[in-house]
Amino acid sequence: MPDQLLQIGRRLLQAVPSVIGIVIISFALTRALPGDPAVYFAGAMADEESIAEVRQALGLDRSLVEQFFIYVSNLLQGDLGLSLNTGLPVLEELLTRLPASLELTFTGLGLAVLIAVPLGMLAATRPGSWIDHLCRVLVTAGVSLPTFFTGLFLIYIFYFLLGWAPSPLGRLDILYLPPPHVTGFYLIDSLLAGDSETFWAALRQLVLPAFTLGLFALAPIARMTRASMLSALGSEYVRTARANGLSHRKVLFTYAFRNAALPLLTTLGMVFSFLLGANVLVEKVFAWPGIGLFAIEALVASDYAAVQGFVLSMALLFVVVNLMIDLLLTLIDPRVSMSD
Amino acid sequence: MKRFLNHFFYVMSENPVTVFAFSLFILIILTALFGPWLAPYDPLATQAANALQPPSLQHWFGTDHLGRDVFSRVIVATRLDLGIALSAVALSFFIGSALGSAAGFWGGWTDRIIGRLSDTIMAFPLFVLAMGIVSALGNSVENIIYATAIINLPFYARVARAETNVRRNAGYVMAARLSGSSDLRILATQVFPNCLPPMMVQISLNMGWAILNAAGLSFIGLGVRPPDAEWGIMVAEGATYIVSGEWWLALFPGAALMLAVFCFNLIGDGLRDLVDPLRRT
Amino acid sequence: MTQPPFVSIEQLSVDFRTRNGIVRALDKVELSIKKGETLGIVGESGSGKSVTAYTLIGLLDAAGRVAGGSAMFDGMTMTGASESQLRDLRGREISMIFQNPRGALNPIRPVGKQIEDVLLRHARASRQNARAKAIEMLQQVRIVEPEKRYWSFPFELSGGMCQRVMIAIALACDPRLLIADEPTTGLDVTTQKATMDLIRDLTRERNMAVILITHDLGMAAAYADRIIVMQQGQVVETADVKTLFTRPAHDYTKKLIAASPGPYSELDDLTAVTNGPADAKRPRRVSAADPGQQAAAAANKFLLEVIDLVKEYPHRQKQGWQWPWSKPDDADSGFRAVDGISFQIKRGESLGLVGESGCGKSTTSSIIARLLDPTSGDIIFNGQNLTTFRADQFAHQPQRSLIQMVFQDPTESLNPRYTALDAIAEPLKRLKKITAATEIKQRVEKMADLVGLPQHLLTRFPHQLSGGQKARVGIARAIAVDPLLLILDEPTSALDVSVQAVVLQLLDQLKTELGMSYLFVSHDLNVVRLLCERVIVMNRGKIVEQGLADEVLRNPKQEYTRILVDSIPHFEPDNL
Repeated sequence: MPDQLLQIGRRLLQAVPSVIGIVIISFALTRALPGDPAVYFAGAMADEESIAEVRQALGLDRSLVEQFFIYVSNLLQGDLGLSLNTGLPVLEELLTRLPASLELTFTGLGLAVLIAVPLGMLAATRPGSWIDHLCRVLVTAGVSLPTFFTGLFLIYIFYFLLGWAPSPLGRLDILYLPPPHVTGFYLIDSLLAGDSETFWAALRQLVLPAFTLGLFALAPIARMTRASMLSALGSEYVRTARANGLSHRKVLFTYAFRNAALPLLTTLGMVFSFLLGANVLVEKVFAWPGIGLFAIEALVASDYAAVQGFVLSMALLFVVVNLMIDLLLTLIDPRVSMSD
Repeated sequence: MKRFLNHFFYVMSENPVTVFAFSLFILIILTALFGPWLAPYDPLATQAANALQPPSLQHWFGTDHLGRDVFSRVIVATRLDLGIALSAVALSFFIGSALGSAAGFWGGWTDRIIGRLSDTIMAFPLFVLAMGIVSALGNSVENIIYATAIINLPFYARVARAETNVRRNAGYVMAARLSGSSDLRILATQVFPNCLPPMMVQISLNMGWAILNAAGLSFIGLGVRPPDAEWGIMVAEGATYIVSGEWWLALFPGAALMLAVFCFNLIGDGLRDLVDPLRRT
Repeated sequence: MTQPPFVSIEQLSVDFRTRNGIVRALDKVELSIKKGETLGIVGESGSGKSVTAYTLIGLLDAAGRVAGGSAMFDGMTMTGASESQLRDLRGREISMIFQNPRGALNPIRPVGKQIEDVLLRHARASRQNARAKAIEMLQQVRIVEPEKRYWSFPFELSGGMCQRVMIAIALACDPRLLIADEPTTGLDVTTQKATMDLIRDLTRERNMAVILITHDLGMAAAYADRIIVMQQGQVVETADVKTLFTRPAHDYTKKLIAASPGPYSELDDLTAVTNGPADAKRPRRVSAADPGQQAAAAANKFLLEVIDLVKEYPHRQKQGWQWPWSKPDDADSGFRAVDGISFQIKRGESLGLVGESGCGKSTTSSIIARLLDPTSGDIIFNGQNLTTFRADQFAHQPQRSLIQMVFQDPTESLNPRYTALDAIAEPLKRLKKITAATEIKQRVEKMADLVGLPQHLLTRFPHQLSGGQKARVGIARAIAVDPLLLILDEPTSALDVSVQAVVLQLLDQLKTELGMSYLFVSHDLNVVRLLCERVIVMNRGKIVEQGLADEVLRNPKQEYTRILVDSIPHFEPDNL
């Protein structure tokens, strides 16, 4: 057991270079602005005085190395600068919007996993059958779908034509009040408050955007499940299990699936990264008040501190997710702890 | 060459879907090359009286909110969308495969530095990084290309590294050393040509992704500026009208986008069969 | 009433669907096994020996189909049985062990659990006593500290240990038939013997019938009661071991027996069947070591002198966690793959370098070929110290063409995109600086003639050539630039025995014709003996024993050499 604790410690340490790399790139991005960064950070309405103020605040009059350390020390204090759009600290803006985005992303990912994993497994156990072909078609079509396009047409069909879905504007219809803030996830908060009406309303708003994201994530997950299940089923250890007469269930789940789950978990990390990007597009389509929409508004208004803060925080979020996947792998796969 | 053609036709006859994909591919290329001459109307000509007309015989794909012909705009946009994707993929292929094969072949410090670089890029959610890059470099089409190239770089570097690495101690590489070939010559004549097939598959699958990325960036208002015809921006313009039922504004450019990406993905799968029937999944 | 045989396969035919149409893998195969009997099925790759076994227990892959005939096990028709009936039998009545034992075990499940799975499946244990039984099985296959090993994962165990675990799984439910499919392929020679002895002892104790599938006639001779020889999906001969070896009936069997090198066989014997009786033998190469000749050779300088060669690799990262900046202890500064070895090769002499995998023999040969830099030591070749050049610069030295190499796997050592002609021409272009296409073609064709490769094959790509042809291309490429020293790195280990015989003869003939010296690296003393006057036995980076080949093989001085020699199974008429 202490061995495993050491492993976990080692994994945590391995994330450090990634974080350093991310901070360096973020810093480079904020300084790559053509011309005088201070002008950009001060915004379009700024006069000479405020530009000079910003220059001082960012330390732009000093050497790059010094600037970098100022940047890092600001980061460590949670200072991502002020958003020009709202005048509030970027960190605060991001934190209030993060739950909306996470609720959407996780629901989408969950939907995709629930559909894609069984589909991929079925396809792998019956190669050449109709379900295998269905899986192939879905996979190729799925990676070809632009998320913003799927979202729009789901709206057209379910809102405009059928009228089943509520109007695609935000997390909750204006008729409802958001549930008291606990986690920031409306579904969970409304349940905690025992408010089933708000729960259903929030769910109705969530279904279409989550489904859009889910469709996007479905393809890579199904593809990887199918491929890794196929290779596990064709492996020598599955042949051994079959040669020993183990039951179909045992062979399929204990022997094949547990091994196939390892590459699948790694893929999930990748998929999550793609979802964080797709999230931006889906939030725009559904006017979902998450950090993606915030970033788009900031982009349009040339609110650089907000955009770079967004990029940085998304990267850090992704590092955390990858870290958790790595830790999970360390616990499941005995070989991980031995290799490098 | 003849052998390759035979194999090509064999794979084609095995898989009608690939035949379909290749024909579609040729169609898309032709549209990109001759788009402006094929379009029945001027893609930029507004005609307020004729705005928001549903598809008809005159306007196959209808007209948009400014009365422009959607069909012409979709056709003309092909060149821009494909151009962005192609330049981005070409950039990342050349730089990525050079870095990757150097890393895989020599290992050691070269490998560690290049590996760390590509890991750092991969540590970002890639679309988000592209947004950051475009916002930092400035909002223009070239910068969309650079951003797309940068976020694709690690994929090529990784494939090239892996493929080179498994071959660097292959018997025929040793034999080439014994034949008096230098490292660079071995890399160029023995190792790299054998890595190309899997890289081609990656290129094709990546093209689709690059198109999607570029379109996504312009959908949120980056890169291409409004009067120009581009699929992503056309979908964005059409989005407003979806809720009031004018579906054709967004559908046709979106469908064109989807078809192009679909085509490249199918070709990628087809190439995979062509290159390595064993790795077929 | 006569009792039906325990296992009987009658007129069994199996077809496989492939890209090139339907291929018949088994053609009217007949065999039977009595209770407690060990049957060896011998044949070269593609002969259908494994397919026979897979069909018997119903594990054919989806592309295969039984086209006719039947397989019976203890009165039950296996070829017509349902999957669930077969599943009940597998592991309980019939079990199987495979080659590459590490791959055949679930990589992420403790090995003890894998034994339990089988016990529980066939109700040989309850949840309460399954672990105890699994540990008992581990003990029976002579694994030390079975309680601890119960929790081990396959990657933590050696290949031999993994095969023991496989045996434990296979025998857990006391089956009555064990199918062993090349059970020792990929294991070291000394481990091979221990594994086979274990299988023999355990199955005898239980009075089990065994089907031993192998490509190695010697192995079948040592462990089987009766042998079936298969060729291209057909059974060509069935006989008990003694009859088979003393009075083989079928030509193919004769050829196989002749081609399998034993401790007393001569190079010419290997193809005696195909080339007629070997009464007109060439003089044995042992004569090269005649005192007279030895004196003459001593007058000449050595072609190659290796002095105190060391190759050290940095220590593998220590187990467990450590600070990224902490250095490994200086005490164990590294792992020595080659640990101070010295030897010489005379002009025209062949030296064998023998040892198990990991003994450092391949590292040594790579260093001498100047593909790898030694940590220290000198290589004096043709009067010049080669260690003064770095490996990555050696390509440009004039000595480069004088040391060439033939690689282990003929397939892997040919660039799939180069034709045979391109492959042989490459060193001519680079080292001999020949640029004229006609001259290159002429030279390549001459080489092809020399190695017996038909000229019309020169335009082919590697995948269009057979294993033997590819081996010839590899040899032609190596000798094209007139080397003085040819390093042979297990040149025949990927080939079938009959092909191996021909290639060995070719190499011997080329040596005489071209006057090259050989450094022959191999794990198989019997093979090395055929080509080399002298051998060096290596273990853990050091030289254990050296001397005349026949001497070392027949009369080993060192314990390690004796174990190595004894581990190679072969037919010994006196032991029957």
